Amino acid sequence: MKVAASSPNPNPPPVGESEPSDSEVGEGKGARPLLDVRHLRVEFPTRRGVLTAVDDVSFAIAPGEVLGVVGESGAGKSLTGAAIIGLLEPPGRIAAGEVLLDGARIDTLSPDAMRKVRGRRIGAIFQDPLASLDPLYSIGRQLTETIRTHLPMSESSARERAVALLHEVGIPAAERRIDHFPHQFSGGMRQRVVIALALAANPKLIIADEPTTALDVSIQAQIIALLRGLCRDHGTAVMLITHDMGVIAETADRVAVMYAGRIVEIGPVADVIRAPKHPYTIGLMGSIPSIAGDRDRLVQIDGSMPRLTAIPAGCPFHPRCDRAFDRCLRERPDLLDAGSSRAACWLHVVHPTGRARCC
Amino acid sequence: MLLSVAHATKVFDVSQGWLARLLGRRQRVLLHAVEDVSFDIARGETLGLVGESGCGKSTLARLIVGLYPLTSGSITYAGMDVAALAHGGGPRTLRRKLQMIFQDPYASLNPRWRVADIVAEPIRAQRLATGSRAIAARVDALLAQVGLSAADGHKYPHQFSGGQRQRISIARALASEPEFLVCDEPTSALDVSVQAQVLNLMRDLQRQLSLTYLFISHNLAVVHHVADRVGVMYLGRIVELADKATLFSHPRHPYTRMLLDAIPDLSKSGAARVPVAGEVPNPLSPPSGCAFHPRCPFANDRCRREVPALEPTREGGVVACHGVAEGRIDAAARARSVSEEI
Amino acid sequence: MANGFTTALRQSWDSDLAYSFRTSPYAIAAAVVFLLCVGSAVFAPWVAPHNPFDLGQLDLSNSLKPPAWLAGGDPAFPLGTDDQGRDILSTILFGARISLAVGICSVLLSMALGVALGLLAGYVGGTIDAFIMRVADVQLSFPAILIALLVDGVARALIPGAHESMAFYVLVLSIGVSGWVQYARTVRGSTLVEKNKEYVQAARLFGIHPLAIMARHVLPNVVGPVLVIATIHIATAIITEATLSFLGVGVPPTQPSLGTLIRIGNDFLFSGEWWVTLFPGIALVIMVLAINLLGDWLRDALNPRLRT
Repeated sequence: MKVAASSPNPNPPPVGESEPSDSEVGEGKGARPLLDVRHLRVEFPTRRGVLTAVDDVSFAIAPGEVLGVVGESGAGKSLTGAAIIGLLEPPGRIAAGEVLLDGARIDTLSPDAMRKVRGRRIGAIFQDPLASLDPLYSIGRQLTETIRTHLPMSESSARERAVALLHEVGIPAAERRIDHFPHQFSGGMRQRVVIALALAANPKLIIADEPTTALDVSIQAQIIALLRGLCRDHGTAVMLITHDMGVIAETADRVAVMYAGRIVEIGPVADVIRAPKHPYTIGLMGSIPSIAGDRDRLVQIDGSMPRLTAIPAGCPFHPRCDRAFDRCLRERPDLLDAGSSRAACWLHVVHPTGRARCC
Repeated sequence: MLLSVAHATKVFDVSQGWLARLLGRRQRVLLHAVEDVSFDIARGETLGLVGESGCGKSTLARLIVGLYPLTSGSITYAGMDVAALAHGGGPRTLRRKLQMIFQDPYASLNPRWRVADIVAEPIRAQRLATGSRAIAARVDALLAQVGLSAADGHKYPHQFSGGQRQRISIARALASEPEFLVCDEPTSALDVSVQAQVLNLMRDLQRQLSLTYLFISHNLAVVHHVADRVGVMYLGRIVELADKATLFSHPRHPYTRMLLDAIPDLSKSGAARVPVAGEVPNPLSPPSGCAFHPRCPFANDRCRREVPALEPTREGGVVACHGVAEGRIDAAARARSVSEEI
Repeated sequence: MANGFTTALRQSWDSDLAYSFRTSPYAIAAAVVFLLCVGSAVFAPWVAPHNPFDLGQLDLSNSLKPPAWLAGGDPAFPLGTDDQGRDILSTILFGARISLAVGICSVLLSMALGVALGLLAGYVGGTIDAFIMRVADVQLSFPAILIALLVDGVARALIPGAHESMAFYVLVLSIGVSGWVQYARTVRGSTLVEKNKEYVQAARLFGIHPLAIMARHVLPNVVGPVLVIATIHIATAIITEATLSFLGVGVPPTQPSLGTLIRIGNDFLFSGEWWVTLFPGIALVIMVLAINLLGDWLRDALNPRLRT
């Protein structure tokens, strides 16, 4: 049973109960994680064989924590979020693993039961606010409908709560604008409404899939600040899926880096960004242009992420890694301890002598 | 100066048809996409153009290459007027020398054409080579130049990733041996590591082929990496233009300052950015006077009435702001100076 | 060279479209039936036991013979004869020929007209677009049969006397002209979308002529839904031709199509000679059904691929 060396679990799980064996419990928050994903595997059966889009992914989110899941397109981060919330499009399906919310499995629930979980206990924010809001109904109607589906409230108290929510997310003149339609709002305002919708039934966890990608740069900062503030106030945990490291840097507590359907590095945000341990993360951080300093060339990782039909054996990153050696070609590495974070890289195997194999 | 843009203005008529207007008693609706824009680009330099949605940078890009006709003003390239290009005419050499790379790697290549035909199209259209063998040889050379192989020519675009498609776009743009490339957000749709590849490629090509770039992006960090001078646009006008070092260390215009403050700083994880107030107004009904005044903490009465003109600054740039011209906004560097980083 | 061909063949066999076809029993059955219809129609002169259009061969003493398995039937006329003594089976085969020919040719005409006008309207826009679409709107307010009757009537007035030999072409023209609107609308919609895509802008940048852009760049990308419409339109065209012939304004009665046969037989329905109308009717239904099923399959098979 691997527990991160730097943060020992103060409350070891009682005997007989499910242990958070391979998943990482939040720093010092003890007890049971809010969301526990274990060995999740998402497959797509096609006529050319079964494609594994998410392969043996395990992580945990503590109550109130913000976990960033970062990766490039095709890494499987959106599918992971969709699988957790039960919105996988067929023929995609969860082929293995478990998803536990507050200790109880939700991946085996019936569609009806899952619908009750969605919204009440897990909220969702997607990338395109235009697609998330029904253009035919006023936002007030959509808000009150969501509230009344999950909470026992009368129409008028649901409407009061809706107005309060709109105030919280910063919609000016909420009492008047609650009856407006989505097309009467700008992009940033619409995303605020979507956040209000996600928080309407007071869920404990929000899965946000690229919530700011479609917005202007100056609006992004507003929305991210809003999301972070609201979640702190309500004690909501967030699984923030994005390709933008900048958003992660200022919002998340921990970050998981995904590549080819697997988590290759996971750890506290400051550590992963300042001192990445996995060669992919190192390359990724180096390829981000920054305002500080003038570099002639950006760090370039040659090649591209492998397609689902051609994932290499062993470590999926080895064809592009300049430090690969023969073990990388044969064996797939698990997440190994590397200081305060963990990286799936054979470079971090601790030798019997107690020293790391390579720095 | 290789490219000179003088008081370029582009107005789109987005009103409904005359019959609908007549029956509905509506007015004409005009969209001022680009308003009185002037700047020059010297040979071999890279000018970066930054702005958010609705600022008119994409329209300006298309005006420069002649895809849209100007409403007023002029754009000259190496002394030749670009206006003729917009109507299908114009000297052939002009058409060859001005090329463009587009933002969307999925929509910029015809999905029904093979890559070799896509790259060969400008060669055939401009008759730069004749005979299938000569054309094929040139196509292979271009593909190699952007890091693809000759065998890739037989494939269709959907068989390539986004980054590879942008390379094909670049190969096609280079086929007519251009001097000037307008790059309209060429890496905005790409992942960050792929973006690094494409940006490095573009830098290498610039050196090898002595190209001049107009690089448009909404990403300030990318613009900082590629550009020599940077211009900031807001609602169709240029609000500030300066060389890179000056703009990033001593931004003058309040909008530029806010944009720079809104960039996430990776080295300061956990620190909140200072969000910009308000949102970009609807370009169909822009605010009076200086378009930025509703969001500007320094706005006064004059800002609400009068549109500011571009005035030169001490550091050699230009800025359009009454507050700066009147000395109300000090020229101190931002709180986060370059020396603080690293 | 041969290698390239076999690889192309293997790639097409392997493609998603071919796979969808191979695994759909309806599509395969429909295709088989359709091919049978087409084959027997094309090879009618060799397959049919008699030639019903050869007036010399007809013998009135053979008229209104019932099908071979009924009392009074003659094995030489397996499905019976009509009032002129024509063998029903042979007439069905030869008539199917005419029906299919008219169907396919008129659809080709509709397609050519509609796609060209749709491309023009969508790409050029402005007044030309408004004009073409208004003409389309006006035409749509009339039933297709009426339009066909109109064109037919005008043609008869213009070329009196030569109508018999020109009947086929007039028929194709009238059905073709009555059907172009749905192609034009579909193509115009797709053209409006494709026109704004960057690959079209890039082509304009290279100085390519607008007509060349329309034909080489836009057309291949908008033609998908057109094929689906065309397949189903063939069935409609055949029925329209049958209706027109039924009404007496189609092909001349000496060269009956399936529609003419049904009309002729209609008169004898109540006197008990049901076979004259029933068998051509069944043949028509089978042909149209097979084409419709093929069209349905094609539309479903192409649909996810259309999301480029």
